[in-house]
Amino acid sequence: MADVKAAETAAPLDLLDERLRRGDGWRSVAGGLWRRVRSGDLGVLPIVLGLVVIWTVFQSLNSVFLSSANLVNLLMESASVGIIALGVVCVLLVGQIDLSVGSVSGLSAALTAVTFVSHGWPLPLSMAAALGAGALIGVVYAQMVTRLGVPSFVATLAGLLSFLGIQLWLLGDTGAINLPFESDLVHFAQLAFLPEWLSYVLVVVAAGWLFATGYGLARTRRAAGLSARSTSLLVARSAAVLLGLGFAVWYLNRARGVGWLFVSFVVLVLLLHYALTRTGWGRSVFAVGGNAEAARRAGINVRRVYTSVFVLCSTLAALGGMIAAARLAAANQATGAGDVNLNAIAAAVIGGTSLFGGRGSAFSALLGILVIQSISNGLTLLDLDSSFRFIITGLVLALAVTLDSVARRSRVAHGRAA
Amino acid sequence: MNDPVKEPAAAPGGRPILSLRGISKNFGAVAALTDVDLDVSPGEVVAVVGDNGAGKSTLVKVLAGVHRPDAGTLTFADREVTVASPADAHALGIATVFQDLALCENLNVIQNLFLGRELRRARLDEVTMEIRSWELLRQLSAKIPTVRVPVASLSGGQRQTVAIARTLLGDPRVIVLDEPTAALGVAQTAEVLNLIERLRERGLGVIMISHNMEDVRAVADRVVVLRLGRNNGVFAAEAPSEEIVAAMIGASDNVVSRRAGRARSVKGEA
Repeated sequence: MADVKAAETAAPLDLLDERLRRGDGWRSVAGGLWRRVRSGDLGVLPIVLGLVVIWTVFQSLNSVFLSSANLVNLLMESASVGIIALGVVCVLLVGQIDLSVGSVSGLSAALTAVTFVSHGWPLPLSMAAALGAGALIGVVYAQMVTRLGVPSFVATLAGLLSFLGIQLWLLGDTGAINLPFESDLVHFAQLAFLPEWLSYVLVVVAAGWLFATGYGLARTRRAAGLSARSTSLLVARSAAVLLGLGFAVWYLNRARGVGWLFVSFVVLVLLLHYALTRTGWGRSVFAVGGNAEAARRAGINVRRVYTSVFVLCSTLAALGGMIAAARLAAANQATGAGDVNLNAIAAAVIGGTSLFGGRGSAFSALLGILVIQSISNGLTLLDLDSSFRFIITGLVLALAVTLDSVARRSRVAHGRAA
Repeated sequence: MNDPVKEPAAAPGGRPILSLRGISKNFGAVAALTDVDLDVSPGEVVAVVGDNGAGKSTLVKVLAGVHRPDAGTLTFADREVTVASPADAHALGIATVFQDLALCENLNVIQNLFLGRELRRARLDEVTMEIRSWELLRQLSAKIPTVRVPVASLSGGQRQTVAIARTLLGDPRVIVLDEPTAALGVAQTAEVLNLIERLRERGLGVIMISHNMEDVRAVADRVVVLRLGRNNGVFAAEAPSEEIVAAMIGASDNVVSRRAGRARSVKGEA
């Protein structure tokens, strides 16, 4: 008995149960990862592998693909739809859908251009107006879904058509409004790049911050008698981030470097990641997506969660539309039209956010849009027309969703959350 | 683990913490509850039994604030109260564990325990929440190996434990359990019954809805029978099952007693 007692006091509070596999250090970490993958909890693994395959194929077909200049371009192009996809992630997390993100982004682009160029409003005011319109659209959707019980699929499908109409009406007969090149918005989206030194400073800050937060958490956990990641593991993780990001930044700096636009996108991803994983709001988003009735009974204001998510999605769509217009230096009838809508949703899903709610992450927008933009960019380089782009993006989406379904079945069989 | 003899926080039969008097609830032309009385004291387990359609679920929903009674009074801690919403029930200290448990399968045990009452909502205090989760589960002698797995991977009994443990975080004074053992195996049922006894030891008033007579007799101090939405007798837990069943079904001459009688006579002939 005494021996058992001693062993128990030595083990962290959360690892006392004798049924748990216990172990320290690297082998247990690797073993744990392997068990997770085998049980169908694939995480980002399929996307990363997919990206490697896509990049290898395109590089072998056209050696320009992985050049610094092209990658800089690829990242800049991915920001606008990526930002839209961020909003889609939120809506998918609560088990709803927004099919109108494309039209909302187009409407926002048109609204910015009309007020800024045609009516001569100050730029911040135009942008605020467009973002406000986006937020308002989100409020309307949320009211329709929560108060009137309209399925979000239908509400946003109606929105898709209506807002496309308003966009065309705003743009008038010419169908396009050019944004002046010297405006801050266009400059930001096209020409603003980080100075080389600053990009490296940011890499070091990112790795240092990752280590500091990880170490802080581990220390608090150990002080509280819980198990914690070992310091060597934290150092290794930060070192990997430092080297990986450092190499990427060095490679991009051989061309124009890292765009402020892309950095802003990444910052948005990180902010949303924090909000989703570390705040009460994020917890309620996952809870509502997992079991809305349970969330309601736990005292969560489900209606407010839905509203926040729809507002966030439409506002991010508006922001994405503005940036798309700025990239083009024009808002026209094609802004937000065509495949923007589906690309944004596909990016979220390819990135690993479940269509059924309750599972996903802000990073899925980033990874998913990289996949989609790589395909689009690679095919453009090969001079293949958009028919191929649609076909291949569609196939990748089908593959991603199939993989997710299979992994989901495996997760259920292994007793992990579906 | 040699606890001294457990003294209930208040002797059963003391002043009731929660009293229902003349509760009625109609759904259109259907009278789901008519003039129902119910008392529960601190440290007492009251079982509410009844056949299908007896009004057990409606009674649970009235207690949980899901339905408002059409008539009757609720007295909680000597104060007449109205329970107009689940939030009201929470605020008073009446916690309800529904049959479907209402857990989020995609969230882990800690996240479910603290759902809706996370510590430090702007920057979640995960460490403190984890420690409090362990403390709570230890107090209940719950057999959950790790709290960082999604609830989807837990067994039925473990989920029931998580659902009950969650209500304790709100420091309730009355816990309403709706069919806590309905879907459980033998060992898991025993686990949950132990848990209910521990709730009683903590001085909570427990209202347990069930139609498993064996479980009821194992833990309940009193058995309240509902039949067709009305009170139909209060029994001590030691009362013979046949009497309770008779009250549930409505007569001493009923399907169950006839079957029992037939079985006896068959045995007699053999």
